[in-house]
Formats: sequence, structure tokens, C-alpha cells
Amino acid sequence: MAEIVKYNEEELIEKQGFDDHFHEHHEGDKYQTSFIFKYIFSMDHKIIARQFLITGMFWAFIGGAMSLIFRLQLGFPAENFAWLKPLIGRWILMDEATGMGTLDPQFYYALVTMHGTIIVFFVLTAGLSGTFSNLLIPLQLGARDMASPFLNMLSYWFFFLSGVVMFYSLFLSTGPFSGGWTAYPPLSALPQASSGSGAGMTLWLVSLTLFVVSVLLGGINYITTVLNLRTKGMTLWRMPLTIWAFLVTAIIGLLSFPVLVSGFFLLMFDRGLGTSFYLSDIFVQGQALDFVGGSPILYQHLFWFLGHPEVYIIILPAMGIVSEVLSVHARKPIFGYKAMVYSILAIAFLSFIVWAHHMFMSGVNPFISNFFVIFTLIIAVPSAVKVFNWITTLWGGNIRLNTPMLFAIGFVSMFISGGLTGIFLGNSAIDIQMHDTYFVVAHFHIVMGVAAMFGMFAGIYHWYPKMFGRFMNETLGKLHFWITMIGAYAIFWPMHYIGMAGVPRRYYRFDGFEAFGQFTTMNQFITIAAIIVFAAQVLFIINFFWSQNKGRKQTTKNPWEATTLEWTTPIEAGHGNWEGNIPSVHRWAYDYGKDGNDFIPQIVPLSDKEKAEELHH
Amino acid sequence: MEAVASRYNRTTNKIHPLKFALWIAMASITMMFGAFTSAYIVRRSAGNWLEFELPSIFFVSTIVLLISSLVLHTSFKSYVAGKEARYKNLLLVSFVLGIAFLVLQYQGWIALFNNGIDLKGNPSGSFIYVLTGIHALHIIGGLAAMVVGLLIAYTRKFKITEKRKINFDLTLTYWHFVDLLWVYLLIFLYISR
Repeated sequence: MAEIVKYNEEELIEKQGFDDHFHEHHEGDKYQTSFIFKYIFSMDHKIIARQFLITGMFWAFIGGAMSLIFRLQLGFPAENFAWLKPLIGRWILMDEATGMGTLDPQFYYALVTMHGTIIVFFVLTAGLSGTFSNLLIPLQLGARDMASPFLNMLSYWFFFLSGVVMFYSLFLSTGPFSGGWTAYPPLSALPQASSGSGAGMTLWLVSLTLFVVSVLLGGINYITTVLNLRTKGMTLWRMPLTIWAFLVTAIIGLLSFPVLVSGFFLLMFDRGLGTSFYLSDIFVQGQALDFVGGSPILYQHLFWFLGHPEVYIIILPAMGIVSEVLSVHARKPIFGYKAMVYSILAIAFLSFIVWAHHMFMSGVNPFISNFFVIFTLIIAVPSAVKVFNWITTLWGGNIRLNTPMLFAIGFVSMFISGGLTGIFLGNSAIDIQMHDTYFVVAHFHIVMGVAAMFGMFAGIYHWYPKMFGRFMNETLGKLHFWITMIGAYAIFWPMHYIGMAGVPRRYYRFDGFEAFGQFTTMNQFITIAAIIVFAAQVLFIINFFWSQNKGRKQTTKNPWEATTLEWTTPIEAGHGNWEGNIPSVHRWAYDYGKDGNDFIPQIVPLSDKEKAEELHH
Repeated sequence: MEAVASRYNRTTNKIHPLKFALWIAMASITMMFGAFTSAYIVRRSAGNWLEFELPSIFFVSTIVLLISSLVLHTSFKSYVAGKEARYKNLLLVSFVLGIAFLVLQYQGWIALFNNGIDLKGNPSGSFIYVLTGIHALHIIGGLAAMVVGLLIAYTRKFKITEKRKINFDLTLTYWHFVDLLWVYLLIFLYISR
């Protein structure tokens, strides 16, 4: 029997909610008074989320623009780049006689390195998990703010400082670090190894150490908040999948980033104090250095012990966001909620025991490689569980094809395409051919770069009303989606073919190699696609800022008709999020299409019939 | 901070959220030292490894640090029991012992150096300098927290408040942690030279 649930939201929160006397204490009100403390040195999680988002977008623009410059070089190595001179100055080498401008090869390496560092750390770690963990953890759990708003503020400002240092390194006369985002020694350990290995590398290390501090401060806060500040009735098994994803992401970060720092410390000792942890038997310009007994493989172990979990730090928040967005806009409960949680946990666990698959060709013992191959391939199991659950959530759903939903579906597509090539690369035998080729580039860009960006876009379009009280423009949003979706495949699909033919990554130009000459047009095609996709992102940025003042106004509290708590706050939620009581929770986050109701929010108490069913189970 | 405390009152936590946060931070630090010691094992098994005796002064410093930890614990108990003078004095003693630990560690470095083990030589020696050095940084962090505690003890009126109690408790927990961390490092270095 269909039984339509009727409720008045405000009345429910008033009657059922929890009175924590929050507004009697005026707590935190003092840091809300002036402009500086309200918007700049803010301790309110909603403001900090927006700070992370906008800083992340700034870095995404820089990192994306860098990729355009090196894509131009790869697509059109023989062209005259003199027109880039106003932008990057003396990194364009001018030939006086012909007026030809070419990209400085050293700067090409710097661009590739910075593109990786910026996108992986600043955009997809801080920009993605920083933004949405901050915004959603307190709002979806029914908390007034983070466990420590002060540490939360510090977390943002350490990130900001780390960005300032990295940005400064772009303008050094010797250029930023240019030895690849993984910073393998000896290029990273010897200041004389390349021009970017001196001051550029020092600043790179300082910047990333500050960044790790930011991640740790943020992570401590996220975990503490999730485990300690949930509202009444919000048991762990009633949490939305977004929160599960952010929780596990923070745990992975806290366990893996310190290992990176220890690797960095040893690197700093090698650079500055003459130890030989990573260095042995090195000749620079015919001169033997007196470093003896170290091993660069040691650095690789320490780096990838973070590096591999890092890809899940990037993808898990996107997975959480996508699960939520798919369920809301398909008007169906997420399929296999518990299986989703267990697969997040399984992925997190496995992420710590597969790091050496990045090192199959570094000279690690092939028998040890077998161990890592097996665990790498096992990751396909929880990943496939998640993919099937997303698809079955869509199956028979009453789908709203709006921009957030399109990006969420796009995420699933990208994750499948990129995930399948991971099965190739996870095999140490196939890796002999594939390692360090464009196949690897294609794989990780689709599965980690594009997919995580799609998750982030889905989140931005979906929670934009929560952040700014307005909607982003749908037409521009859909245009953004379709260009990005088709364009991203146009960029990375051909790279698989190039990679299978053995074209190595990180090369400055290929027209000198007879074997790779046949790919000239393909490289041009990729470059043109990249320019178009970048233009679509500019469209997104315009839409983002334009909509803040001109977008369609949010008129109801719950425009997407979602069940979760963040949509029960006032449209312009002030400090403390809820004006009166904190809502209490009576059910899980996915009661869509239940007993003839389109959706039942988490704050609605169980009906008598539901109570009877609960007892029955 | 009073305001923060009130925010936590609504939940029935078995553990104070800030203390919980400290435990997470300590897990994180443990991972870092875990990485150092596994790097040590990996490097040692690769051969070309110089073996030498640990300076005995490291054992003296260990005892000093253990006593400091014990004294701070007693100081905390005295604070909770309201014994003002005892709490203040013991806090100071514990702080001085902490400084003494650092001085002794430095003496240990000098002993190593005189023994011909310098930072730049064989990685087996470099590792000792790195491990003790970075552990010393964590000790300095604990001492900084104790300085704040001392300032409060000697400049403010004696009062038993929830806020001071939790702050003291956090300092104490951290101090025990860096203490245990050093014991772990010492045993590790002693066993796997």
C-alpha cells in the first residue's frame, strides 16, 4: 500500500531535533564580525571550502595552460613559437637570423613536471577533497562545524603558502624543478644535475612539505569530525557515501603522506648535507662525485608508498560525489550501499600493498613483482563492484539529465575506460613494452585525471546552490560537458595507440625519430583537441563566476529533492549551519522512490509500517 | 576554547575529540618513523653496511627521558588532585629533564663523531643522525607545549578547569608518545645495527 509521507521540515527539526544551545553561546561569532575574519581568515567550514575550491580552480587553470604549451611543442615541433614570447619570455629561444622561436627544452621538462605536480597535488588533492570534505562533512552529518575550526583554517593557509612557494619557483631565473613530478634522484638530489635541480627543486621540496602539513591538518579534522560530531541518529551505516569516501580518503592520506615526508627528509639530507641515501657512483661532466652506497630505488619505494595511495586519495572523493549525484538524479536508492562501503574500504587497504607496480622496470626483483601484480589485479574486483552498482543505480531510474548528472555518468564512462587499461599495465610482463610510453600517460589521465575532474565538476554543479545560493547556467554547463567528454576521449584515446607503438613519454620532440614519424598527424590532432577542451574549461570558469551574481536564484531549500541533511539548512546558511536545533536522523540517506514517495529525507521519522519492517529484519 | 568544549558536550564521546585528533596525529608520525626504519632495513640488506657500537650515552638519555615522562605524569595527577605546588614543581622538573635529554643526545652525536662515524659517511651512520635528529625535532615540539604549560602554571591563578585539564592531558599523551617512540628507535637501532 502506498502511503504518502507528509511532513513539515522546520517543524520536524524543531520537534525532533537536538538542542545544543549553540546559539546561546555566540560561539565563533567574534570571528564573523569583520570582512577579514569572515572571508579571509575564516574558520567557517563553508568559507574554507570555497577558498579551497577557488584556489584549486586557479591552479587548474595554470596547470592546464602549461599542458597547452607543451602540447603545442609536441603537435607542431617545427612551428615558430615567437608569439609565445610575451607570455613565457626567455624560455622561447630566438634564432636571430631566421626569427624562429623555439621552446627551450629545459623549460619543456619544467612544464611537464609542474603540470603533474600542480594537477595531482594542488588541484585533485586540495581542490577536490579539500573543497568537498570541508563543505559536506559538517553539513551532511549535522555538525555545527569541524572539530577544530582553527586547524581547519591553518590547513587552508598552509596550502595557500605552499602554492605561493611553488608559484614563486616558476619565476626563478634557473626555472622551476624539471625532473618529473615524481622527483626521482639523482635529478632531484644533485643541484648541479640540471638547471631546475637547484633553487627550483629546493622550493619544490619546501612547497610540498608545506602541502603535506596542510593535508595532515585537514585530514585529522575530517576523521575526528566524522567519528565524533555526527548528529543524533546518524550512525555510520546511515552516512551518505560521500562521507564514507571522505573519511577513508583522509585515513589513507594520514597514513601515506608521512612516508612521503620521510622520503623528502632523506632527499634533503642528500641535497644539503652530503649524505648518500639515494646516491652512488655518479659522474657529472666527467667528474666523479664522492657519494657512495646509496640507492635511488629506496626513494622510489618511499615515494610510491605514498604515490599509489595518492591516486585513491584523488579518486575516492570523486567516487563518493558521483554515488550521491547519481542516486539523487536517478531518483533511486544507490544500488548496494554496503557493497559500496566495503569496496571503498577494500580499495583503501589494497592501495597500500601495490606500490611497486610503478617500479616493475626499475630493477626490483621480478619474483617480488609477481606479488604486486596479483594485488594490483585484485583491485579490479572492488572497482568493478562500484562500477556495476553505479550502472544498476541508473537502471530503470527516473533520470534527470542535468549537468551534474551528465558529469557523473561521464565519470563512470571514464573510470571504465581508464580502469581497463590499468589491467594491462598491472601486468609486469606487458609492462616491459608499455612502461614509460604514452599508453601509461593515456591510462592515468583518463582514470585519474579526467575521471576525478568529472567527479569534481559533478560536485560543483550539484552543490553550487549550496555554496552560492544560485544555480549555474544549464546551457553553458551542458556545452561544457559535451565538449569536455568528447574532447577528453579525442585527446587520450589516440595516445593508447601511440603508446603501444612504443613512443616514450616526456620526450621533447619526435620528428627526429624515423619510427615515430607516422604519428605526426595524430599528435597534431591531440593538440588541437586539447586546445578545444581547454577553451571549454574557460567557459566553465566564466559560468562559475557569472552565476555567482547572475545565476538563477535558489528559491527552495531543497532544489534537487535530496534526502541528505545539507538541504535542510537555510539557503544562506550562517555560522553554525542550522538556525535553531540540529536536525536528528531517522533513516539512511537513500530513501528514494519508497512506498510511493519520490523521496523521504533523513530527518523524517520512520512510519509505523517501516518500524514493523525494521523489527522484522 | 570554552566555546569549543561546549560544542562537544552534546555528543556522548568516550574520548575527547581533541585527544582523538592527537591519536590520529600520532598514528601519522608513527607512519613516518615506520618509513624511516623500513628504509633502514631495505638499505642495510643491500650490503656495504658499516657496523659499529651505539654510544652508551644514548642509554643514559633514554633513562632521563623515561623519568621525565614519569614526572610529568605525576605532575598531571597532582594537578587533577589540586596539589598546586607539587604540580608546578614537577612540571618544571619534567621540562628540565626534557632539555637534559636533548643535551645528552647531542653528546651522543659528539661521541659518534669522535668514533669516526660522521653524517656523510656510510649510510648506517647517516641513518642514526637522521633518526635521532628528527626524533629530537618531535621532542622540541613537546617541550614547546610544556613551555605553554609552564607559563600558565606560573603566571595564572591556579584553577582546575576542563580546558586546562584537557590541554595538560594532550601534552602528557604526546610526551609519553615521543618517549615510547625513542625507546622503539633505540631498541631498533640496537637490534639491527
